[in-house]
Amino acid sequence: MVQNYVFPASVSEAVTVLSTNRGKARIIAGGTDLLLELQDGKHTCDVLVDLTQIAELKNITEDNGFIRIGASVTHAQAAKSELILQHAPALAQACRKVGSLQIRNMGTIIGNIVTGNPAADAAVALSCLNTIAEVTTQEGMQTMPLEDMYAGVCLSCIDSCCQVVTHVKFPVKQPGQGSAYLRMEQRKALALPMLAVSAMVSVQKDSFEWARVLIAPVGAGPQHAVDAEEFLKGAPVTPETIAKAGQLACNQAKFRSSAIRGSKEYRLGVLPVFVERVLEAAVANARQA
Amino acid sequence: MASQIISFRLNGEVLEIAVSPSEMLLDVLREKMHLTGTKRGCGKGECGACTIIFNGKAMNACLIPAMRAQGADIQTIEGVAGPDALHPLQQSFIDKGAVQCGFCTPGMIMSAKALLDKNKSPSKEEIREAVGGNICRCTGYIKIEEAVEDAAQALRANAVQGGDL
Ligand code: FES
Ligand code: FES
Repeated sequence: MVQNYVFPASVSEAVTVLSTNRGKARIIAGGTDLLLELQDGKHTCDVLVDLTQIAELKNITEDNGFIRIGASVTHAQAAKSELILQHAPALAQACRKVGSLQIRNMGTIIGNIVTGNPAADAAVALSCLNTIAEVTTQEGMQTMPLEDMYAGVCLSCIDSCCQVVTHVKFPVKQPGQGSAYLRMEQRKALALPMLAVSAMVSVQKDSFEWARVLIAPVGAGPQHAVDAEEFLKGAPVTPETIAKAGQLACNQAKFRSSAIRGSKEYRLGVLPVFVERVLEAAVANARQA
Repeated sequence: MASQIISFRLNGEVLEIAVSPSEMLLDVLREKMHLTGTKRGCGKGECGACTIIFNGKAMNACLIPAMRAQGADIQTIEGVAGPDALHPLQQSFIDKGAVQCGFCTPGMIMSAKALLDKNKSPSKEEIREAVGGNICRCTGYIKIEEAVEDAAQALRANAVQGGDL
């Protein structure tokens, strides 16, 4: 049961509260998942350490060739941000899909990663952008690639009783690069993704220099469609190669049949189409500016 | 468990109240302040019945820790009507038949108001995005969309006349 609720004014104050409480204090940002997990008894803690008053965590900035997102940036804020729309359309598209407007006004991008959900919209989009997290503890700050943050299905490597993910960052978009996100769902709001795909491509002279294609939920965190990525390296940008990449994505798609997300067979059937569409959208974005 | 006194602006009036660190704002509004216009449906952020406007944004009161209300500006359905007349949204919900059982209505109106406070000429898409997090089991949503469009029009007409609603 929560006995105390505190608003540290800085990141160092937050980690100090965590360490003095030795595992009994936990970070809260948006809280849209955590509060339900506390109610369900999935976590217990005595102290909640709220990050939402820390000024340096509220913004999206461009910083040394990276776009950097603070821990209390919400989905609604990112979906409208000029920097995100320009450098990471995949992320803006993903943020518009989360929950409902009310949830997007509260839930944070970094919370979307730290909950460890394998098909969290923002996390799937951030994966194709080569995102790095900045993790602070009492000992100091470390960086960690987004893909290393998953310990299992719905399990994060981050221990919110001693670590704070203060920011995530990804490189600014270069000429010829583009990204996109797409998901399948049962209805247009308040629905979990049955299937989520994101892609980032670099197109030089009508060929793919490289492509990153991510699919979820097929394991612990978003997974690379490695066969499709390998095939696209140097391949011409044609409807045929894009269709082939869609087929190859099935090699890494270990779906499990689920009452909420749909059957394995159905999702395997639609995956190639979704990968094709997301690649087309990423190519269109790369060719835009 | 130690209660703490927090202070916030509710429907225009600053007030103080003792809350516990584990309490949600929805429970403070309903059980402590007896403002039962804000409904509890799912209690999990999935139905929108508890929607309030928190610092200008629509949010689910069932997922806001009460402690976070410290210093906030909060509007609930109780503060929407003017002294002499209903808010245009309330009036158009009645006129257009957008209310049946009424359980979703306070939340719907708060979501719609958060939109119209910022945008008096919303597109159909924008209206759908704004109320997409509010579940209604009765009306089928069409009447609600029409009511919001109608209220937007009334607010625009009122702005032209120099009124202040
Ligand atoms: S009661 Fe809050 S969203 Fe349902
Ligand atoms: S009027 Fe009954 S739920 Fe909407």
